[in-house]
Amino acid sequence: MRPFDYARADDPAGAVAAVAERPDATYLAGGTNLVDHLKLGITAPDLLVDLGRLDLADIEELPDGGLRVGAMVRNSDLAADPRVRRDHPMLSRALLSGASGQLRNAATTGGNLLQRTRCVYFQDPTTPCNKRAPGSGCSALGGYTRYHAILGASDACIATHPSDMAVALAALDATVVVLGAGGETRIPVTQLHRLPGDEPERDTVLEHGDLITAVELPPPASGTRSTYRKIRDRASFAFALVSVAAVLDLDPDAAQPTVRSARIALGGVAHAPWRARRAEQLLAGAPATRESFRRAAAAELEQARPVEGNEFKVTMARGVMVSVLAELAGLGEENEEPHDE
Amino acid sequence: MMSDLLRASSIGTPRVRLDGPDKVRGLAPYAYEHPVEDPLHLFPLCSTIALGRVTAIDATAALALDGVVRVITHENALRLADTEDGELAILQDDRIGYRGQYLGAVLADTPETARHAADLVVVTAEAAPHDADFRHDHPAVREPEGGGDDIDTGDLEAALAAAEIVVDQRYSTPLEHNNPMEPHTTIARWDGEQLTLWTSTQGVHPARQTLAPMLGIDPEQLRIISPHVGGGFGSKGLPHADMMLTALAAHAVPGRAVKHAVTRQHMFALTGYRPATSQRFRIGARADGTITAFGLEAVSSSSRTKEFPEVAIKPSRQMYAGEHRRITQRVLPLDIAVPSWMRAPGEAPGMVGLEIMMDELAEACGLDPIELRVRNEPERDPDTGMPFNRRRLIDCLHEGAARFGWAQRDPRPRARREGGWLIGTGVASATYPASRQPGSKARIRHEAGVYEVGIGAADLGTGTWTALTQVAADALEVDPDRIALRIGDTALPNATVAGGSTGLASWSAAVLAAADTFRREHGTAPADGVEAIGEAAENPAEKQFAMHSYGAQFAQVRVQEETGEIRLDRMLGVFSAGRIINPRTARSQLLGGMTMGVGMALHEKGELDPRFGHVVNHDLAEYHVPVNADIRSLEVHWLDEQDPQAGPLGARGIGEIGTVGAAAAIANAIHHATGARVRDLPGFGSDLLAR
Amino acid sequence: MGHPVHLVIDGQPHDLTVDPRTTLLDALRDHLGNMSPKKGCDHGQCGACTVLVDGRRLNSCLLLAVSLDGAEVLTSDGLAPDGELSAMHAAFLEQDAFQCGYCTPGQICSATGVLREAADGRPSVVTDDHVDDQPIELTEDEIRERMSGNLCRCGAYVNIVAAVQQAAGASTASEGTDR
Repeated sequence: MRPFDYARADDPAGAVAAVAERPDATYLAGGTNLVDHLKLGITAPDLLVDLGRLDLADIEELPDGGLRVGAMVRNSDLAADPRVRRDHPMLSRALLSGASGQLRNAATTGGNLLQRTRCVYFQDPTTPCNKRAPGSGCSALGGYTRYHAILGASDACIATHPSDMAVALAALDATVVVLGAGGETRIPVTQLHRLPGDEPERDTVLEHGDLITAVELPPPASGTRSTYRKIRDRASFAFALVSVAAVLDLDPDAAQPTVRSARIALGGVAHAPWRARRAEQLLAGAPATRESFRRAAAAELEQARPVEGNEFKVTMARGVMVSVLAELAGLGEENEEPHDE
Repeated sequence: MMSDLLRASSIGTPRVRLDGPDKVRGLAPYAYEHPVEDPLHLFPLCSTIALGRVTAIDATAALALDGVVRVITHENALRLADTEDGELAILQDDRIGYRGQYLGAVLADTPETARHAADLVVVTAEAAPHDADFRHDHPAVREPEGGGDDIDTGDLEAALAAAEIVVDQRYSTPLEHNNPMEPHTTIARWDGEQLTLWTSTQGVHPARQTLAPMLGIDPEQLRIISPHVGGGFGSKGLPHADMMLTALAAHAVPGRAVKHAVTRQHMFALTGYRPATSQRFRIGARADGTITAFGLEAVSSSSRTKEFPEVAIKPSRQMYAGEHRRITQRVLPLDIAVPSWMRAPGEAPGMVGLEIMMDELAEACGLDPIELRVRNEPERDPDTGMPFNRRRLIDCLHEGAARFGWAQRDPRPRARREGGWLIGTGVASATYPASRQPGSKARIRHEAGVYEVGIGAADLGTGTWTALTQVAADALEVDPDRIALRIGDTALPNATVAGGSTGLASWSAAVLAAADTFRREHGTAPADGVEAIGEAAENPAEKQFAMHSYGAQFAQVRVQEETGEIRLDRMLGVFSAGRIINPRTARSQLLGGMTMGVGMALHEKGELDPRFGHVVNHDLAEYHVPVNADIRSLEVHWLDEQDPQAGPLGARGIGEIGTVGAAAAIANAIHHATGARVRDLPGFGSDLLAR
Repeated sequence: MGHPVHLVIDGQPHDLTVDPRTTLLDALRDHLGNMSPKKGCDHGQCGACTVLVDGRRLNSCLLLAVSLDGAEVLTSDGLAPDGELSAMHAAFLEQDAFQCGYCTPGQICSATGVLREAADGRPSVVTDDHVDDQPIELTEDEIRERMSGNLCRCGAYVNIVAAVQQAAGASTASEGTDR
């Protein structure tokens, strides 16, 4: 860990100015990812600007009924907020599916969005990695790929984004408020994270110095139901193999229950939270049956391009999507023989 | 032959851990925590290639850093007197035998500076083509050093050809990492020709016996202190290179203490692990399940730096009958890190293959798996021909079956479904040798009504502080409050290693001998300052009986059909291990063993990337050990018994047996739930989907 | 490069000068000789370093000491003022909720935080979506989930759950629920 300077920011604009002018400066929020990476030598900033004293730790109600979540709101506080639990149980559940109680007490809303991949090669400076050392190659290709992408990856990088919260925010159509050297901008969460392409070193569309100050949640649409399901290699405290966040709006008055609209995002499968637009399109207006859900899930996963070692994720992602949608639609558990696609 | 059993007064009672109050507050000193004056901090230099040689080390930038005191490499390290041990003979030449190998060390006044300086040292190395790919059919597979100890009796091929039922399957277990919560840690200080190591070891005397000759000093010049050990599970049984590195580094700064806690990431390459195994069983049986042909070819990975085979054939030598037998152990040395002991070496992975195979054989014969085991109970040890000592495997299976509710089980796979979950149950046997090591000594000294009992034993969570105090109290026929136990220091009399489930039995034999001498020489009203020493002898029964402990493991799992998720609902173990010295700590030992077995069954796998030659998921976020939420209902029972053949204590060891068989029981339960056979551990739910 | 930091640790005020790289865990162990919190992984993956900072359980290995100026830190030792064991300490002893003891101070700090979080009605992922202001009952499933950030390689989980339940004063062990 190389030495660095430390400064405590008094206001967001000052923080942005301090980081923007030093190319190797970075922000310190909860530190759960940054301090980890400092020790591993994945990142070596020369200045940390501590956001801990900024007035960004509140959750406020917006005039439209939405919520504005300060970037420094801790994951555990966001998950426990009664308004979040009432309006967006999916978000609360996603937050509580992530990490551990201790980490959620430290990790922040902004930091969670910007956490970096858990690709084992990214985390090991002794192996090539295009994300950590552009141009050095991708060690995951041909290597250990259990936690790697099946959707939207490139020849340069097959890493996945590890956040649970971001998957729920993508399904919620939340907005990220960003303060940069040029002022404030608003970015839909679904456009914050990039696919790797040939620049895998860039996780997001943010520029150096940009500071996430808040995340805005839209008001809940009445009558919708939402949840989050995470599949992992142990029962708790593990990153997602596959996760699904889904919001389902059903028309209960139709002759048979029908999907008015669905918003679905997948985690653990791509370099960004993956909005399942194809599935959403197929579901709009479709009967709320397992058959519809299966068709939608299959259509979404048709685009999947697994690599050796993570082929299972295609089946798993389909299965979890169907299971989550069926749960939201109030369909009973399936009692027929399981189907092997 | 049979000993008079020690009269129980304190032993058998569930005494709360004597070291407990300090441990819950965090005050009991582990290796790093011994106060030393003005220490230096060590951060190692490690190889980033798997095979080759160091061509240059440039430490200029590191040495220029404020606070850096020394950079130790093969160019300036102390020459060892003996370099036979490839794992421990580090920094002696430019050769690199595995990725992660120690190439040097930086000493600095703070841990932050040491770590930063290590990054600034430029190591140039020349790589040679390496081989790190474990395959059972690799041409370099060979007999282990010292022989394979093959069994070949009767005519296996003819018996297989004549068999009514044949099971021919291959099973595999992966690299598994001990991962004690306390990393391997050493503080080293040379005072003149005297070296002190405050470290974390399962045996202070055995470690001294290994290290002192290599360092070219007499054992008396090396003191090793290790009163509390934060877990080991075998990985602290033999000294590893980290201890040597710290000793070598401290030699360069006489009089100054050097502290080195191995990072979690480095532990995966430097502190031992369980190597991979491949086990091909070829079993022939009559239609009634009687095994007539028993074939097993096991192969284990190992390191070309130092050989350690995982002897997966061990349990198959004695578990079941079968007249025609061919059992072979082979090893494949690779350019990888050096493996070592991990809880129940041999038995733990060996009972994965054997006990899943038995489940397959039961299914093929249409028999209940417990009944199959009853029908293959050998009359004598098939390996040695000796009679068994109290082999109560079938009692354990029946007792467990009754407690678990086995009789209500529908034997058909996929028969039980609740909601989206398939539910199944499985059973497996457990076994571990019961042996006692000779050579431990204990000294008892009386002062003002208190008996100080000294022996260089270890407590790595095993409960030694408490149980050995109870043994000493009963040996001297006094209240445990009048025993002051001292362990974990080479300044105390010699003790054998806490390993192979031999610790408490071996050390107790010394304490009992010392108590006997003490009472004979000093009576029941001893003067102050009198003392006596006793030494543990061999257990003569081991020459006349096949001595093993047995157990039975039962598991119930559920598997989510759409997502593949596997949850362990409940698990129950019944063990026959002789007299239980402290039921409270014994129960924890067995529960802990079973919990590690859950990890083996469902979670743990070191992902060795053959292109690089190292385990790439080398931390506790990516290498999964069970968390609290993975473990639900676990029950432990033991047969109420005493074993006079085991010595006056009547106890056999319980450190390993809880782990043995646990993984197979879970794998068999997965098959019963889903119909899918798990033959390669760990059993990931994703594999159930991908079929 | 040294930064002044004021910390109250186990009730005692301390004024330190720290390298910005120094974590709270290393400040406690290497600078102040407070060895109660343990270093198991140094990356927030095991929980052995858990302490209470201003009442919240946190991994001290991931906190930079320099960022904590003014904080109150409690270690497991600090939960036993004047050597008087807390109910949680006593429950861990009685239930034999550890073997080697290395993860234990972190488990105890974490469990102490869990009691507070449940009393405050803060949910875990196994808590019902239903929202009210009531304290959350610490069923076995709740404890297992909430304590999953604290690894115990000796495998004392069953006893840890019993100890936390004992300390929580729960009179009846509730059934594990299926998901």
